[in-house]
Amino acid sequence: MTLPEQPVFDEPWQAQALALAERLKQAGLFSPTEWAETLGAERARQAALGLPDTNTAYFEAVLVALEALTERHAGITAADRAGRRAAWERAFAHTPHGKPVLLGAGDHGSD
Amino acid sequence: MTTFDSDEAAHVHRHLHSHLPSDPALRVRTLESLVVDKGLVTTQDLDSWIELYAGQVGPHRGAEVVARSWLDPEFRARLLADAAGAVRDLGYHGHATGHLKAVENTDTQHNLVVCTLCSCYPFALLGMSPAWYKSAAYRARAVREPRKVLAEFGVELPEGVAVRVWDSTAELRYLVVPQRPAGTEGMDLAGLTALVTRNSMIGTDRDLKAPA
Repeated sequence: MTLPEQPVFDEPWQAQALALAERLKQAGLFSPTEWAETLGAERARQAALGLPDTNTAYFEAVLVALEALTERHAGITAADRAGRRAAWERAFAHTPHGKPVLLGAGDHGSD
Repeated sequence: MTTFDSDEAAHVHRHLHSHLPSDPALRVRTLESLVVDKGLVTTQDLDSWIELYAGQVGPHRGAEVVARSWLDPEFRARLLADAAGAVRDLGYHGHATGHLKAVENTDTQHNLVVCTLCSCYPFALLGMSPAWYKSAAYRARAVREPRKVLAEFGVELPEGVAVRVWDSTAELRYLVVPQRPAGTEGMDLAGLTALVTRNSMIGTDRDLKAPA
């Protein structure tokens, strides 16, 4: 096992993913137990596939669990995610370097 | 007539992609904006959580709880009987302290905490969990061969010391209360707090050091 101390987060998205999980749990979208079971199941799936046991793999499992639970309890489907992601990609592509990346008005809400 | 320069097209394509965040970063951003639109959380909620847990909390609160238990026998008794209540009395409210059990190391028992299912951890007291705590290797081996794992962390347990492994759950998390090091008589709360390491409160460290 890796003993040397590693940074808690390798990249900002990992902190953002964990913040989402904790705040959605606090908001009552899912219970701590359901969270642990969903995350645990994804970690077990990764291990069964022989994926590397890294910090990044852990946070990818967090992301998969978040996508599953927001679909189950908030009705955010894969199609919703694909549409919103495309909107973000457009926003990134069209925002000049150094300016904050924002979604256009039409990219929010019932898209 | 429009001409198509494939090198130029490839260049533009690369240029666009160089500005795009990574796949997981885009997925987090996507999900975040969708749940914010649905009113489930606010951007401020998310930012404040990151600021608090990634930056400010750290293991200091847990260390202060341990140091206080060394100084104040009444607090120690309360901590061991009702850790969540004792910690709340100090003003450390936190989701993760809701169900907390404190387990004390003695001359004959060492405590080690793991979450075999995923990574349940008392964030509010210890800050963010270290990467190794979340690794599959630690989660599996802490239960199967705790002495070997401890040895890899530099903790050689004498034969007369038993190891008890506590498996955290979403509903119950653990705080190890390490033993007060010899030579610290007369030290105050702040001084003692500084001696308590994060790993000693998880159980992967045992003998704390008095200042030289």
